[in-house]
Amino acid sequence: MMGETLSDFFSTHLPIFPVLLPLLTAIALLLIGDSGGEASHGGPLLRWRRLVSLTSATLGAALAWALLLQADYGPLTVYALGGWQAPFGIVLVVDRLSALMLALTWTIAVPVLCYATAGWDTHGRYFHALFHFQLMGLSGAFVTGDLFNLFVFFEVLLISSYVLLLHGQGRQRFKAGLHYVILNLVASALFLIGLALIYGITGTLNMADLALRIAQLGPQEAVLLKAGAMLLLVVFGLKAAIVPLYLWLPGTYAAASAPVAALFAVMTKVGVYSIIRVHAVMLGDGASHAALAAAPWLLPIALLTTVLSVLGALAARSLARLVAYLTVASVGVILAGVGLFTPAGLSAALYYTVHSTLVIAALFLLVELVASQRGDAEDRLQPASPVAQPVLLGLMTLLGAASVAGLPPLPGFLGKVMILQSALGTPAQNWVWAVVLSAGFFTLIGLARAGSILFWGVLPPEPHTRRAGGGSSRRMLSATLGLLALSLALAVYASPLKRYTDAAAAQLANRAAYADAVLGPLGGAAADTTRPYRGGAGEVILPAPKNPP
Amino acid sequence: MSLEFLLSSGIGAVTATSIYLILRGRTWPVVLGLSLLGYAVNLFIFAMGRLWRDAAPILSAAGRLADPVPQALVLTAIVIGFATTGFVIELALRTRHETGSDHVDGHEPAPTPGPSETRDGA
Repeated sequence: MMGETLSDFFSTHLPIFPVLLPLLTAIALLLIGDSGGEASHGGPLLRWRRLVSLTSATLGAALAWALLLQADYGPLTVYALGGWQAPFGIVLVVDRLSALMLALTWTIAVPVLCYATAGWDTHGRYFHALFHFQLMGLSGAFVTGDLFNLFVFFEVLLISSYVLLLHGQGRQRFKAGLHYVILNLVASALFLIGLALIYGITGTLNMADLALRIAQLGPQEAVLLKAGAMLLLVVFGLKAAIVPLYLWLPGTYAAASAPVAALFAVMTKVGVYSIIRVHAVMLGDGASHAALAAAPWLLPIALLTTVLSVLGALAARSLARLVAYLTVASVGVILAGVGLFTPAGLSAALYYTVHSTLVIAALFLLVELVASQRGDAEDRLQPASPVAQPVLLGLMTLLGAASVAGLPPLPGFLGKVMILQSALGTPAQNWVWAVVLSAGFFTLIGLARAGSILFWGVLPPEPHTRRAGGGSSRRMLSATLGLLALSLALAVYASPLKRYTDAAAAQLANRAAYADAVLGPLGGAAADTTRPYRGGAGEVILPAPKNPP
Repeated sequence: MSLEFLLSSGIGAVTATSIYLILRGRTWPVVLGLSLLGYAVNLFIFAMGRLWRDAAPILSAAGRLADPVPQALVLTAIVIGFATTGFVIELALRTRHETGSDHVDGHEPAPTPGPSETRDGA
């Protein structure tokens, strides 16, 4: 009896747990306190912080996977915050796409946190608390079904990312941090303008309700709505780093500390997720005047992003910048899949998202492992003294690089093949094939150049510049290996994952079922908001109260 | 002149000023510009609930009412804007301390364009 009630409670409130858990953990970590610096190294409080942080992250990963299994089972999970019915209250909606992104985020968070506990968390204060606030923002952005709530969670994840970026401090980080913060504050302002425009036209901010209302707009209102939607595309494009808004990313990610950069690999995907949610799904209804406002732009931008970022990768002078440019290139390839605006393209893009996020997070950790063994040269692409573990690090770099470039049989290859296949027969077929294939080729050249300089272009070791110990700590190595193994496992489990992303794309295309599940008893298309914003000279009449069925 | 004209031209003027300030090279004008942009955006959100006179602020039994949602949105936006402004001021001060310059690029611009030693690879 008791167990039944508990499991009922668990399954009802499951969608809110990935948001609440990191929030409570972060508050607990703030209460535990962090006097910072090496003074507390090995002290009892540090051990407690690490224990709480890692336990909570593992628990969060378990919750995210539980949601994934629940979403895989079929129906949407809708959670009305405070019991307020949509569209009046804020709802959290977990569909297959949200669950996939949640599972991806938390699966990356655990090894990255493990890596950070090997030393990075003592290089500044409150690393663990900020990390969990960031996880809260990411989780919230993925589960929310309300556009304004998406803005709020964007702010939560951004504010913690501002401080995480500065973690460890230093001149480069402050310089990159100032640019990053100012750009994102301007983007937040644009986000609000776009939201206000959309609200002004439709009178709602609930995503399901918006999709229905957008379909009913007349041609003149649709123009204003398109303006709002395109402003949102600019904002999401800045987060995802697409042309011409990617210039901030390489410097910023290269300046961030390794675990933070690895977590930031998920952050660009929040932009991609929002573009899918808003531009491919909410505005995806072919019947409305504002349908697919982003369609003429997204695919060309995505392909141009891929081309320019691969050129950037070829010109990069440090390994961190190279990986940062590969992050941008991966976003370009993903959005090329999304930009086809077909379920097949979306499914392929989701598969590639999972793979590229995992492998890029692993590469960011690897960059630091390599850099820490090269003495004063760090990660600059110039001959230097040899690394202490050439075989292990070389093999890891080779695996990661081959997967990013898309060599068979690694999952990067499968992801690109899926995107190429979904482009077959569309008008953009030639462009997509040419850009994705040549991008893979040039990525390979760039990585081969970097790898040969790092591992073969060695100078005789200078004894006074060698660091003590030589090899990297076992925890750092195993965390990086874990992430790499996860990304390689995607090749083995490609079939179930592809089935899942196919189902996710099909679920996104079924807008009627989404509206039904979210708006439910209020009757989907006929749901009233406080003000219809239509006709009359400003006289507002309350909607007639409906009797609930 | 109508209320709508006054409000929209006011928002336009504040936005234009803020864009000018954000494009300045020193951090202090940029911070001012960001705050001004925040004010303009807040007014814009408020205006998107339309301008009403003699209307109840919240739902009453019947009759005219002003839309409460934009007011709630503005409150949220103000709180977030306040916090981020505080953070960016602190960050600007710290960057000034760290780099010795209050230029947004972290170094004083060279009198003539040319390669500078602080500029990195890109």
